[in-house]
Amino acid sequence: MADGSIGLWTVPLAVLGGAIRVSTPFLFVSLGECITERSGRINLGLEGTLVMGAMSAYGISYLTGSPWLGVLAAGITGALLGALHAGICSLPRVNDVAVGIALMLFGTGLAFYLGKPLIEPTAPRLPAIDFGWWSDIPQLRAALRVNVLFLIGVALAPILYWAFRTTRWGLLIRTAGESSDAARAMGHSVLLIRLRATMVGGFLAGIGGSFLSLFYPGSWNEGLSSGQGITAVALVIFARWDPLLCLWASLAFGGAAALGPALQSVGVTSGYHLFNAAPYILTLAIMIVTCSPKRTLTGAPAELSITR
Amino acid sequence: MDFGRISRRHLLQGGAALTLGAAAGVRPAFAADTTIGFIYVGSRDDYGYNQAHAQGAAALKKIPGLKVVEEEKVPETDAVEKTIESMINLDGASLLFPTSFGYYNPHMIKMANKFPKLRFEHCGGLWSDKDPKNAGSYFGYIDEAQYISGIVAGYTSKTGKLGFVAAKPIPQVLRNINAFALGARLANPKATTQVIFTGDWSMPVKEAEATNSLIDQGVDVLTCHVDGPKTMVENAARRGAMVCGYHVNQSPLAPKAYLTGAEWNWEALYPKFVKMIAAGESIPNFYRGGLKEEIVKTSPYGEAVSAEARKHADDVKAKFLSADGYAIFKGGLLDNKGKTVIAAGTDRGQKDPELEKMDYLVEGVIGATS
Repeated sequence: MADGSIGLWTVPLAVLGGAIRVSTPFLFVSLGECITERSGRINLGLEGTLVMGAMSAYGISYLTGSPWLGVLAAGITGALLGALHAGICSLPRVNDVAVGIALMLFGTGLAFYLGKPLIEPTAPRLPAIDFGWWSDIPQLRAALRVNVLFLIGVALAPILYWAFRTTRWGLLIRTAGESSDAARAMGHSVLLIRLRATMVGGFLAGIGGSFLSLFYPGSWNEGLSSGQGITAVALVIFARWDPLLCLWASLAFGGAAALGPALQSVGVTSGYHLFNAAPYILTLAIMIVTCSPKRTLTGAPAELSITR
Repeated sequence: MDFGRISRRHLLQGGAALTLGAAAGVRPAFAADTTIGFIYVGSRDDYGYNQAHAQGAAALKKIPGLKVVEEEKVPETDAVEKTIESMINLDGASLLFPTSFGYYNPHMIKMANKFPKLRFEHCGGLWSDKDPKNAGSYFGYIDEAQYISGIVAGYTSKTGKLGFVAAKPIPQVLRNINAFALGARLANPKATTQVIFTGDWSMPVKEAEATNSLIDQGVDVLTCHVDGPKTMVENAARRGAMVCGYHVNQSPLAPKAYLTGAEWNWEALYPKFVKMIAAGESIPNFYRGGLKEEIVKTSPYGEAVSAEARKHADDVKAKFLSADGYAIFKGGLLDNKGKTVIAAGTDRGQKDPELEKMDYLVEGVIGATS
């Protein structure tokens, strides 16, 4: 302890810190995708939205000096990309999965193109709240430096859970997702509901991207997302379209991402590729355990193109 | 509308243009309007490996009569062959720099055989007698600069614990880790260097996590060998640790925390190559060098570097620059499992090809290669 090291305690601490630091983009993208999928559409393009969000947040924060304007810009960019997805999908006989893949490539490509001049400059970052003030262990204090976006995401999960059950909007989204005929019979435009749901989903995914570039790892470069958007979309299925489970799944993925480096730092050096793959192994295991050939996934909206 | 006819006509036009381009490509080497092609595996402003090469290309752009064409983010697959062919056929490139390790074999070798009159210069490959004569491989002993960084880090660290964020356990990376660790032990014989492998060249989240885990372990000076050191440098500086840079000078990112760094000096080497060609000399197919040959350099010392550290580092640097040179990897060297990897009495000089096959971590490094 005398030299400032905390030995094996690093591992649980890193997993805790990782759960807080790494999970936020997963959380925002998966909550956004949860809303979109509950309305009966899959937007696979959120990887592109995430990267576009990261880029535009960094750019706006750099140009205006205000990271919060950057977050807003990221959300708006995401909502626009969501509107594009919903707009194309509202045309007859358009496959939402294919459009999503196209938008994923479009979003990342556009972000790389526009983001070229942003790799070198350093933009103002989002502030962190120090929740570890009571502790004199620097490692714990570092792990508990929490960003407001993470707290918003954590609060959003139960709010969405409640909203899907009790509010008019939540029920409408679910109706559109479970039976578009029923929604139409009630006199609502399914396409409009889905447009709004996809835009909100894109808005949240864009904010998730702003966390990447403005807080952690905290700068814009082209390898920034490395597939986190697509992982988060898969998380929604893994979490059974339930916002609360999305929260736990995001935390688990964040913590698992920290496991590989943390184990190496305490001297568990063999098989680090395996530890780096831990989140994916976890996903596969849960998918295999919970799948059944006799029924579709519990909780899957009936209108989704993958379940229909 | 008759799309068939239009496309046929376009096809013929395109074919004619291609043939003309190919004919123009095989012109006598290095006329006054020489075109040079640069191919990067990543983005050329990544504050890292590719930016270092792009700075070299920028130095060539300043020379009158030279035209530089560049392509970024070319994967290490057949794609690079297509890029090379289009640079030759469409842009008339007569000297090519495919700068990423994986371009060499089989891709660049295949192209060098196909265009025997043009010159190919690859960064990092191991040219051998079996390879075409119009191909060459150059590389720098950047471990010399890492050794200097290690000395500075060893003096600066209060805990005696240094950290190294590495991508993959391949020989070039291991050589850098080992040189850094050996340098640190010159300054502080008890210093340890803890290494974390992230698994790939560009993994910003993993790199940030690795940086945080190392600092949690009490590490207070870090360096790295990944494509873009920006993530490590910024995150370490935020936690109050000191850093040594890699590839290019990252001091603008963390002016207070930046001690020194191991940089490429391609902006000195590439104009040298072009002058050799213009003078009618041939570039050696296997070209290597370190600080003395101006292929690598060290960043200027940061303000946190003590006078003692500067003096020791400058002394060792002078030895590298001297006529006799200096061996980092000297006999009686143990790996971190206690096995002798270089027998007592044999010094492996910097040009020793054995060092380019390094597969061990030396004593003082915490970590494993697999």
